[in-house]
Amino acid sequence: MSGIPHDHYEPKTGAEKWLHSRLPIVGLLYNTIMIPTPKNLNWMWIWGIVLTFCLVLQIVTGIVLVMHYTPDTALAFASVEHIMRDVNGGHMLRYLHQNGASLFFVAVYLHIFRGLFYGSYKEPREITWIIGMLIYILMMATAFMGYVLPWGQMSFWGATVITGLFGAIPFVGDSLQTWLLGGPAVDNATLTRFFSLHYLLPFVIAALVAVHIWAFHTTGNNNPTGVEVRRTSKADAEKDTLPFWPYFVMKDLFALAVILLVFFAIVGFMPNYLGHPDNYIEANPLVTPAHIVPEWYFLPFYAILRAFDTEVWLVQIVHWLSFGIIDAKFFGVLAMFGAIVVMALAPWLDTSSVRSGRYRPMFKIWFWLLCVDFMILMWVGAMPAEGIYPYIALAASTYWFAYFLVILPLLGVIEKPLPQAETIEQDFIEHYGKAKDTASGGTVATPAE
Amino acid sequence: MITTLKRAAVVLAFSASAALAAGGAGHIEDVDFSFEGPFGTYDQNQLQRGLQVYTEVCSACHGLKFLPYRALGYEGGPHLPEEQVRAYAAQFEVFDPEIDDWRSATPTDYFAESGVENAPDLTLMAKARAGFHGPYGTGISQLFNGIGGPEYIASLLTGYTGSEREEAGAVLYGNDAFGGYLSMGPPLWGDDVEYADGTPATIEQQSEDVAAFLMWAAEPKMMARKQAGLTAVIFLTVLSVLLYLTNKRIWAPVKREAKEAYKKNNGKMPAE
Repeated sequence: MSGIPHDHYEPKTGAEKWLHSRLPIVGLLYNTIMIPTPKNLNWMWIWGIVLTFCLVLQIVTGIVLVMHYTPDTALAFASVEHIMRDVNGGHMLRYLHQNGASLFFVAVYLHIFRGLFYGSYKEPREITWIIGMLIYILMMATAFMGYVLPWGQMSFWGATVITGLFGAIPFVGDSLQTWLLGGPAVDNATLTRFFSLHYLLPFVIAALVAVHIWAFHTTGNNNPTGVEVRRTSKADAEKDTLPFWPYFVMKDLFALAVILLVFFAIVGFMPNYLGHPDNYIEANPLVTPAHIVPEWYFLPFYAILRAFDTEVWLVQIVHWLSFGIIDAKFFGVLAMFGAIVVMALAPWLDTSSVRSGRYRPMFKIWFWLLCVDFMILMWVGAMPAEGIYPYIALAASTYWFAYFLVILPLLGVIEKPLPQAETIEQDFIEHYGKAKDTASGGTVATPAE
Repeated sequence: MITTLKRAAVVLAFSASAALAAGGAGHIEDVDFSFEGPFGTYDQNQLQRGLQVYTEVCSACHGLKFLPYRALGYEGGPHLPEEQVRAYAAQFEVFDPEIDDWRSATPTDYFAESGVENAPDLTLMAKARAGFHGPYGTGISQLFNGIGGPEYIASLLTGYTGSEREEAGAVLYGNDAFGGYLSMGPPLWGDDVEYADGTPATIEQQSEDVAAFLMWAAEPKMMARKQAGLTAVIFLTVLSVLLYLTNKRIWAPVKREAKEAYKKNNGKMPAE
């Protein structure tokens, strides 16, 4: 599959040949599982497996939950309580599914920022990046609709606020919102269609994940040096790589086990840690909660949405220039979606010829600032939009856009990169050569030379 | 890079939940309930006392519509004997649409809904209030103290200041835990019930008992959940160790080779 020279599956017995000439599925599996993988992948390359696990976990627990859930505004809340109380293991299934969403997003954010640091989005992996962004957007849509299903107060009011965003679109907004909701307000029609789509989208995600994997198996993995695997000969390629099985499968499984250890401790001992207490109150269209706060994984973009209010001069100028078509509300919506779009465009906005952030001294600083910026956005997204918070949100949102639209293009021109590793093999040898005597499983720690 | 990102992930999770604390702005007193912490369990006697307080005081206005009577007999809950559950249920009347008439309740029926319009249902109240979210708004204390829902209930019941206020024709009662005035008057005065086990029925005792009962009503499977969590943690610890050793063993020859190559070439790449 990949352009890296490696062994291919050879059918040996008659039965294998018979199958292979009709459906080369064994060969496909062999090539997938034995793909030459850069030796030097570090622990930030484990999130793909964690994400795959999350998808399977969510689909499996979700399918069982559906067997006991009732998508009806009069019954939904009670049916979730039925799951929590009467269904065998239902409380565990439900808490796994609920917290599984959080694990999914923790993993996806680390996966995305890994890609941003090591330049995994750059040529020739743009398609992998774009597919990944599509998966991320679908994940957000799925999580949002899933949060509506328990029909608690936050479900209802979250749905009201978020679908209200579509109402901000000029001319067609109101019609679009009504069409999405299936009526003038969030009601039974909204619940049933969200339920249907919440069931559908994970399978679309699964298909996109297959394409995502297909794409990076075609280009080969990126790695911490950003230097490509040598493709000059099979011998050269083998110096830079190891087969995915068993080296990386075992490494990833170990990482997954440790992460699940933490995950199950949270599910078992503090399952409502990341939830909102208000969602244990049944939805009531007549009572608005004091603070409508989205789930933590939406907070950074929620902060960007709210940052651009009518007091921002840029919003005022755009409002005036567009003859009032783009008001503050619509501007916020554009900014929120724009924040994801600029990230998706990173392959074309980053002008540096050096792939990995490891060799980019200036980039590193701006990158870590972006990580801090993301945290600030997440924190400020949960704060009420009053006092100093809107200014912090505005500054942090501005940096988000500046990073992608100004800093990334400029750095490629003005930055002087450090010398890169010549080959992945060299990086690997240096890493373990310099490391203390732990790698060889040695008993004696040799003193430094 | 890795450690920083991991640390970032932790901060991310904590900072996000920081603002999720709901509940009043008032003062919530931490109570050392038996069911807190990873190994905490419900105290059967306390749940039975709490049930008594609920039945004799709270149920006058409030309901528990998601809780069936049969749950009172479950192990890990109040664990009443079967005939007591039946006798408890039989005190109440339910409307049965099948016979189109009222009949006395059986264990499979549910507790009544709130009888007073603005009295909220209490089944999930202990999870719908976050009394505290410490330390420093991180919510980590949940692991040891819970989200403070039962504490909120207990503090509310003991937190009446005695001051009253009239608003739009209704009397409101000052309460420190609520952080203002609420429409529910002080329901407990001390000795509101006579405990069968002889426990003195002070306001504090009754408040804590009914709060514990409501926590159980909100999360009857808490003990099963914690046990499952503990089993999973132990299993995954063993699995992690085994996978760590397997992974180390698999990589050992590759890493040894790298080390030798480094020594041989003094850090330089072998010339091709």
